[in-house]
Amino acid sequence: MRSDTLYGKLVAAHTVSRLDEENVLLYADLHILNEYTSPQAFAGLRARGIPVAVPGQNIAVVDHIIPTHPVKHRTIQDPASALQASNLRRNCDEYGIPLFDTNDPLQGIEHIIAPELGMIRPGMVVLCGDSHTTTYGALGALGFGIGTSEVEHVLATQTLVYRLAKDMRIRIDGELALGCTAKDLILHIINRIGAQGARGYVVEFCGAAIESLSVEGRMTLCNMAVEAGARGALIAPDERLFRYVLDRAVDMLTHRTEALHLWSELKSDADARFDAEFEFDAGEVAPRVTWGTSPEQSIPIDGVVPHPADANDSVARNSYERALLYTGLKPGSHLDGVPIDRVFIGSCTNGRIEDLRDVARLARGRKVHDGVRAMVVPGSGTVRRQAEDEGLAAILIEAGFEWRQPGCSMCLAMNDDVLAPGERCASTTNRNFEGRQGRGGRTHLMSPAMAAAAALSGCITDVRKMESRGV
Amino acid sequence: MSERSMIVGIAAPLPIANLDTDQIMPKQFLRGIDKEGLDKGLFYDLRFDAVGERREDFVLNRTQYSGCRILIGGENFGCGSSREHAVWGLLQFGIKAIVAPSFGEIFHSNAMNNRLLLTPMPQDAVDAILADVSNPRTNRVTIDIHRRVVRSRNHTVDFGLSARYCRMFTEGLDLVSSSHARLPEIAAFERAHWTKQPWLESVAAVTRNRLK
Repeated sequence: MRSDTLYGKLVAAHTVSRLDEENVLLYADLHILNEYTSPQAFAGLRARGIPVAVPGQNIAVVDHIIPTHPVKHRTIQDPASALQASNLRRNCDEYGIPLFDTNDPLQGIEHIIAPELGMIRPGMVVLCGDSHTTTYGALGALGFGIGTSEVEHVLATQTLVYRLAKDMRIRIDGELALGCTAKDLILHIINRIGAQGARGYVVEFCGAAIESLSVEGRMTLCNMAVEAGARGALIAPDERLFRYVLDRAVDMLTHRTEALHLWSELKSDADARFDAEFEFDAGEVAPRVTWGTSPEQSIPIDGVVPHPADANDSVARNSYERALLYTGLKPGSHLDGVPIDRVFIGSCTNGRIEDLRDVARLARGRKVHDGVRAMVVPGSGTVRRQAEDEGLAAILIEAGFEWRQPGCSMCLAMNDDVLAPGERCASTTNRNFEGRQGRGGRTHLMSPAMAAAAALSGCITDVRKMESRGV
Repeated sequence: MSERSMIVGIAAPLPIANLDTDQIMPKQFLRGIDKEGLDKGLFYDLRFDAVGERREDFVLNRTQYSGCRILIGGENFGCGSSREHAVWGLLQFGIKAIVAPSFGEIFHSNAMNNRLLLTPMPQDAVDAILADVSNPRTNRVTIDIHRRVVRSRNHTVDFGLSARYCRMFTEGLDLVSSSHARLPEIAAFERAHWTKQPWLESVAAVTRNRLK
């Protein structure tokens, strides 16, 4: 048999039919729906008068527009957003799609709840009308974001007309140093290969540094692969991953042996050919912070903001100038010491329990700096309860963090969690685009530990200084 | 000559690299359950200032570019969020085609599905066209879909277009209908798939029921 990449194997195992040179009809094992990219797809289905092809392979959740105020029973005040939520409920009722609604105790961000509730299993294809669906590569599943027309196509057929991607492998050996996380690693990689460095490719991450990452850390890595333009990200599943999945997917325990046998084959063949390859040393990664308006524009915390004149070409020079104007920073300046107004901890990138443990570890016995508003938005109801059970919530509240209800929140600010113009925010999210967190708001992407350090010191700072003092 | 074989009109220079879909269609315009009114949200923060006044210096607000049908963009145009609202908004605003060095992947699929023409070409070719259209007196561009060329005042540049994309643009293929006709084939695939991996059958419904 021809040797193949993990990506090639996953596509082959889901190809209903080859359509032409470039396209296949790809079967989706799981389709995840949210309230804002699905309404027009359901409307299209209704206009055609056809049912959802396979309702049991679809799951819906209210996450993008939901308010996160720390109240027990949540009501959506904004009329348009409330209509999106009620419309999703109506569509799910009518078409028989299981739903995690606004006040469901298991509600959360789609990419947080699907793995934690055991719905993502190695070898799957997972689609969702959300670009961060690449997250599932961490579980050996091919996930990627689709548009609303494609959501309609998946609802109608459980398949997608899928243009094949190229194969890229990124090997990361070495070890992440103290104070450095998967977030720093992915910001490092995006900075090196660029915001379109993986455009057209599905990226397989491998190497010693990946093997030693937790499953949560792997999700952070794969989640942000899309910020390098990737059409998907993958990590070959290993023992650690199998345990993670089997602990959660308890309905499949009777199939455990045959599943483990199949899953152990989910890896690229030794002589598989990749269209592009990169190598990195995790030991060279420092805690990173973005200075601009693209996730590729980041520097190590001990670095300096680059000068437009140092850019490689005129396109990059223009981008630098535009970004610096927006973020209000000077070339050659340090980010360490830049005062911040807001801190946001959460999102599908960094809203899992491991992230909150990092924040609480630093916050214990310390206080959020005067004048800083720091929000913690757990990724799901499950994460929230676990953090309360572990005592993390008490530490965070004592330190002066707002302990909120789960949702996408200020990652994209579709609800009422929004930056005011000019406000500067240390954020654990995935996009520092102009206006992303609020018009005129200035976003600095960083790890949860770095965001915690910023909250406690009132400015962007090197978390390693806090870590080394011992906590 | 039909709009599906030839696009002729004013082209506006928008040479911003990594112009993401958040900027094309900001969050506050994503709260609908239909596709209406998205032309109002298009490039909102670029077209209007913080108090909602038109920014006269923005290219799409300049009278010489009013009625613009083509955008000449920067690399990785439409990167970021999957929101198809960006494409709907562009079309509702009157944009028929975008010329740029490269496009975000999901944006690309969304454009195809809505018959918004994207013509990728090398940066230096885009730069040449940009030089023409940046002068309002030479801002008219013709895109010949069958010949696959973009013509500005002083330049003629080829672009790539797959056979499928070309058919989707010129004929408006309804993918949902054509795939829907294959439901028996899909069901047969599914049965075999689930026989091999029974833990994938009804994975969403089983999980939801287990957690009631």
